[in-house]
Amino acid sequence: MNVLGIIRIAGEEFGIDSDGHVTTHHWLLPETSEIIWGGLASLIIFVALYKFGAPAIKKSFADRTARIQKDLDGAAEATTAAAAEAAGIRQAKGDIAGERARLLAEAEMQAAAVLEDGRARLAAEMADLEVRASADIAVANSRVGDELRAEISRLSSAAVDHVVTGSLDEATHQELIESFIAKVGAQR
Amino acid sequence: MSEQRIDGYARALFEIARAEGTLDEVEDELFRFARSYEGSDSLRSALTDEQIPAGKRQAIIEDLLGGKVTPTTVQLISMVVGSGRGRDLPAIIDHLVARASSAKHLEVAEVRSAVPLTADQEARLAAAIANATGKQVNLKVVVDPSVLGGLVATVGDTVIDGSVRTRIDQLKSRL
Repeated sequence: MNVLGIIRIAGEEFGIDSDGHVTTHHWLLPETSEIIWGGLASLIIFVALYKFGAPAIKKSFADRTARIQKDLDGAAEATTAAAAEAAGIRQAKGDIAGERARLLAEAEMQAAAVLEDGRARLAAEMADLEVRASADIAVANSRVGDELRAEISRLSSAAVDHVVTGSLDEATHQELIESFIAKVGAQR
Repeated sequence: MSEQRIDGYARALFEIARAEGTLDEVEDELFRFARSYEGSDSLRSALTDEQIPAGKRQAIIEDLLGGKVTPTTVQLISMVVGSGRGRDLPAIIDHLVARASSAKHLEVAEVRSAVPLTADQEARLAAAIANATGKQVNLKVVVDPSVLGGLVATVGDTVIDGSVRTRIDQLKSRL
């Protein structure tokens, strides 16, 4: 029996009313042949699906399971790596804190040494400057004193020359000459 | 010029002046001229300049001294200057004065004064120096304004300094 035959038999089970509408023998149940053929067709389809679709579905499920397992494994590895990295980071953090403390201590020591050295050098330079300033002051004092003495001497000499030569008149000359003669004559 | 040559010139001048019978006068004039010569740069350079002919230098002497001193003095100085010994003229004259004084058993006493001395002052000064040194002296007075006042007497190595200049210098050094 071919498909046209089946359709024709089915069409025979149908009734057509006066208005041309197609009607069935029962409002719910299909026709018997339809049940048989429909059941067979369904069975064939189920068998075919079982035979040809089940392996693919199984393979698909297996692949999916493997993929999920792989993802789970990857996640576990990532978790492990992350834990290891977190441990490394925590250790590094601890090391960083120690290094920071060490560096801070070392920096403080160096700063203290530099400060102490700077203070000592500053004190030495100040002492040196003080000594040099004292020497410069002494030299300047001496130089000014010498210049002052020289100037006083020069002015005094000029004043003496001026006063003496101004006061040497003829009478004074004669007095000096007579005084010299008397003084020499008194020597023996 | 060597000491021997200077002494030779001095001896020659001395003998000429003595032969002329004007030794005392010539000696005194020469001494005064020598002191003036030492004190005048222009006179010294004129009489020692070898670029000036000897005749011209002698003419300078005659113009300068002619009529003011004895002719013998002028001739003796001209002779020394003309022979190119003008530079040694003071030394030659000092030797001559020493020789003349020695001949009279006198010691030369050079006295520098700011003003001229009178004859009386010279005589009393000579007596005073003789009394002080124990030597008879041939007094030679040089008028030297640099003395300023008072006198400086030099007899041999002895110097009796009563000049104002020395007192001022002492005062300056103390200042």
